[in-house]
Amino acid sequence: MTRRQLVVWLRLAFLFGAAGALEILCRTGRIPRLTMIPPSEMVEHLAAALAGGKFTADIVFTFANIGAAAAISIVLGAALGLGIHALPRLRRVVDPMLASYYSVPTFVFYPLLIVLFGLTRWPLVAIGALFGVVAMILNTIAGLDRVPRALAKTARVLRLGPWATVWRIKLPAAAPSLFTGVKLAVTYSVIGVIAGEFILSVAGLGRQIKFAYDSLDNGTMYALLLFVLTATVLVYFLVHGWERRVHRRWTAS
Amino acid sequence: MTSLAPPLAKPARAAFGRKGADALLFAILFVLLWQGAHELAGEQGLASPRVTVLRAGELLGSAAFWQHAGATGIAFLYALAVALAGGLGIGLALGYFRLAGDVFEPIVGAIYSIPKITLYPIILLVFGLTLSAKVAFGALHGIFPMIIFTMSGVKTVKPVFLKTARVLRLSPLAAIRAILLPAALPEIFTGFRIGFSLTLLGTLIGELFASDRGLGFMLIRGIEHSDAATILALTLLLFTVSALAGWALLRLDRRLRRYQQASAPAV
Repeated sequence: MTRRQLVVWLRLAFLFGAAGALEILCRTGRIPRLTMIPPSEMVEHLAAALAGGKFTADIVFTFANIGAAAAISIVLGAALGLGIHALPRLRRVVDPMLASYYSVPTFVFYPLLIVLFGLTRWPLVAIGALFGVVAMILNTIAGLDRVPRALAKTARVLRLGPWATVWRIKLPAAAPSLFTGVKLAVTYSVIGVIAGEFILSVAGLGRQIKFAYDSLDNGTMYALLLFVLTATVLVYFLVHGWERRVHRRWTAS
Repeated sequence: MTSLAPPLAKPARAAFGRKGADALLFAILFVLLWQGAHELAGEQGLASPRVTVLRAGELLGSAAFWQHAGATGIAFLYALAVALAGGLGIGLALGYFRLAGDVFEPIVGAIYSIPKITLYPIILLVFGLTLSAKVAFGALHGIFPMIIFTMSGVKTVKPVFLKTARVLRLSPLAAIRAILLPAALPEIFTGFRIGFSLTLLGTLIGELFASDRGLGFMLIRGIEHSDAATILALTLLLFTVSALAGWALLRLDRRLRRYQQASAPAV
């Protein structure tokens, strides 16, 4: 058995062991049913809920919002990053703000967004995008900073216009950083949208979890929690693996 | 440095003056945009800059505000202590024992990426409406970046340092204290910086949902009464305080990294 295999087996053993321990603690009543239901029942409830199609609309709602938020933060973040990088005077002013952005609880703006956009899906998209966009800006700038001087000179020698320089030289050369930005923007959009739904929303998985909690419906609540956690962990590993592949290709060439 | 290098000492004062002017210009633009948004959204939607600043001043002068701020502050400090102790302990262990680190790294990363707000019902079911619930929720947000950065800091310590520890026959505890911690300090501090702001976020979110005191509670009460001026004034105060704290921590962080780079022996 190679070390790699050993690591994977140990990891699986830990995960199943933890789930098993939780199952036993719940079944024996050490953890009261009012606090948590056994993991096996969570899976049963989830299967029933998914098969019944009760939450299909909410699932679509949530993931459409996440997609929109991620798309906005990636496109807008890359554009703003390019703009800020091109204007050193602006950059000096906004740099400290960007750097301390994530030390501010962004959710304090959510009530404002509801007032501005109404109780629709748009405040959710906006809070997700607000959460993700700065990670994309920061990584775009970091990537552009690392574009080798020689490449910029090549662009000048070839007399490329500003757009051609950005499109053919700068963005490809900054790609590894951009992918890190994309990964973070997607993760943050997920967090922003679901948290927003949790605080106040007309539909969505976050709202349904809160609703189930408020009505003491532990079966539904834990089933949906399991769904959200599994889905976000899946998204995380997809984007993470994709980023790693891109990085490997870049360092190889 | 060759003689071709540009003169480093630009007239510092002129540069600072221009930067100051740019910042002022930016601030004026921001306030104008805010005022414009206020005209669009109306008094109920978005309070004007003037009303917001006045309300913030009023809050700062009221005893009730400071009681709420104190409640948030205490919960935050407890949560930060838990996150720091747990993050350092687990991070050091996972960094030191390579196999454990490899086994748990993706698990920790995945937990870090989930929207922890959805775990709030569980925390409430376990702790009830208590200070412990707020502390647990704050710590839950802050502990993962601390684990991740401490682990990666310990992992990237130069092998030479670890060999030195073995040659000097240091006990594991002495090796951690005298070698691993100082060598990994800049990374650990970055983790602390990110954990600091996430812990604050977690504490505030905890108060939003289930608490009868604290700034998060004031915020949610403002939302329920659609008191736009209070919401915005609280937002402004929180933004200012956490941005200042974040900025100060960032400066310390960069200084630590520069110091380490400067004092690192060229290998």
